Amino acid sequence: MADIHNFTLNFGPQHPAAHGVLRLVLEMDGEVIQKADPHIGLLHRGTEKLAESKPFNQSIGYMDRLDYVSMMCNEHAYVMAIEKLLGIKVPERAQYIRVMFDEITRILNHLMWLGAHGLDIGAMTVFLYAFREREDLMDCYEAVSGTRMHATYYRPGGVYRDLPDSMPKYQPSKWRSQADVDRLNERRRGSMLDFIDDFVARFPANVDEYETLLTDNRIWKQRTVNIGVVSPERALQLGFTGAMLRGSGIEWDLRKKQPYEVYDRMDFDIPVGLNGDCYDRYLVRIEEMRQSNRIIKQCVDWLRANPGPVMLEDHKVAAPKREEMKGDMESLIHHFKLFTEGYCVPAGETYAAVEAPKGEFGVYLVSDGANKPYRLKCRAPGFAHLASLEEMVKGHLLADVVAVIGTQDIVFGEVDR
Amino acid sequence: MSSRTETLASRLTARFAQELRPLPALPNEVAFEVDAANLLAVCKELRDNTEFGFEQLIDLAGIDYLDYGREEWSTLASTATGFSRGVNRIQEHVSEQTTKPRFAVTYQLLSITNNWRLRLRCFTGQGEPPVIDSLVEIWAGANWFEREAFDMYGIMFRNHPDLRRILTDYGFIGHPFRKDFPLIGNVEVKYDPAKGRVVYQPVSIEPRTLVPRVIREDNRYDQVLKEVPVGSDVSPANR
Repeated sequence: MADIHNFTLNFGPQHPAAHGVLRLVLEMDGEVIQKADPHIGLLHRGTEKLAESKPFNQSIGYMDRLDYVSMMCNEHAYVMAIEKLLGIKVPERAQYIRVMFDEITRILNHLMWLGAHGLDIGAMTVFLYAFREREDLMDCYEAVSGTRMHATYYRPGGVYRDLPDSMPKYQPSKWRSQADVDRLNERRRGSMLDFIDDFVARFPANVDEYETLLTDNRIWKQRTVNIGVVSPERALQLGFTGAMLRGSGIEWDLRKKQPYEVYDRMDFDIPVGLNGDCYDRYLVRIEEMRQSNRIIKQCVDWLRANPGPVMLEDHKVAAPKREEMKGDMESLIHHFKLFTEGYCVPAGETYAAVEAPKGEFGVYLVSDGANKPYRLKCRAPGFAHLASLEEMVKGHLLADVVAVIGTQDIVFGEVDR
Repeated sequence: MSSRTETLASRLTARFAQELRPLPALPNEVAFEVDAANLLAVCKELRDNTEFGFEQLIDLAGIDYLDYGREEWSTLASTATGFSRGVNRIQEHVSEQTTKPRFAVTYQLLSITNNWRLRLRCFTGQGEPPVIDSLVEIWAGANWFEREAFDMYGIMFRNHPDLRRILTDYGFIGHPFRKDFPLIGNVEVKYDPAKGRVVYQPVSIEPRTLVPRVIREDNRYDQVLKEVPVGSDVSPANR
């Protein structure tokens, strides 16, 4: 009889289901995975080292580029760490805006995840639906910060500026007739809060659409039920957080258990899975979108009723207004110092964590009293999840590797940093 | 939260009077220093004793204290050559720094049952390469975090099952997050049309400092936080 050897398969780094640049060296016995060795670092940009060479505020933009589908949540952890060290308190309105945008970001991320995960394991349509809703939320990002993705909107001491009174509108062009433009602009007549309110009202029906396509779909269930099962004990051992932990049945959500900003005033529930397989994690994330929608609604209502400052008045940390700067010497000095040297953060160290869409995104910040961080460490949830890939795929078929990568919601911006 | 952090701190000081030393920390945070010799025993107890219940190792970070508290721009006094211009092309690393412990590993622990966090810091051995015990046996999640700390700082983790580089290129030389590793790196990659392949060559760009690093005394901030954590009390000579 002929000798049968295990077959080594190189998966990625350029593979549509690798979610970026994952290189997997798989040892196969037929179609069954014996060993999986993920090679990462192909997107390593040394963000943490770069941050050490820049004043604190100049690194906020780098945070967007870590997990580039949940941009503002990364910024949130970073500015929270700085705020903790500086000992400053953010105005209440800014806290509500941050919570609202954290949840918008969560929906953005889960839609991206749902679309890509579906596409990976054979459900094409849901991708198109998910991107339809993403477009509206991207417009909110754009309206508030000027960019669709890398917002740099959160600043130590608050947010960059208040919510705009009007939404940007489509203009007629040779590709778009007046009738098309009118239809597209129909929802954009009011303020940004009106636009979000309108989105919140129709989004639950959209989630129902996704569920119609997937939840009871036979093929979807065959691809996800009992795939990549993680017991609660192993999930804790492996450092899982977020939906990966909740999918295994552990009720843990930083927004509830260690609330930051104004999450303690929000009314929402934590969905928890039972079996810890890909299907449960899918259900958890779907429910999280519905809960995020509830939180956004509460924030919109509060923000409508309570105008106020969105940035700290302390000009040692936050830049003065431009008009003040033109007439007031003191403001000019503050402005000059802030934009040439930045502010010094008192010596000390802290760890600030937020419940990012993928799990616990934490920032460990060490300052020696200078205007730049001494050490910045980003705790990326995806890093811990991907580390467990071998354990999750062992014994599964090659096609299930794709399902497991999808369920872990891997984004290489944060894994490689 | 703050009463909970006090509970945790008092339980820790009661149980580990010898092994743990408190570090200056912000209110609502608990931070302790542990000797490398006691690291494994302490962590095992922290995980298994339900009084502490730290089921999760959330994060593990290497840190290099070589340049701690050093500024690039002295703004208070002039030198023989006049006031500092703030841009120092050549970064020299004075040898007096080498007597202090240089590398440390920081652990962020989380207890889900008790809902509290703890930060442990542990200095590595003085030698080169720095060595410390691996925690993979206690928290399986430490595996990749330790590989990363090894890759970035060259810290060797004793009894780690698979200590390989993780983030840097195949065949990379050096440990890029060390403070004496230049930000621009040592080599650059380009396509060589003569050889018809991609080649490595020494970097051709010059390092620049756009904003010099300064440390300004500020009386507004709490005095407690100003204590420099790398002091004489942690150096092995004074222990």
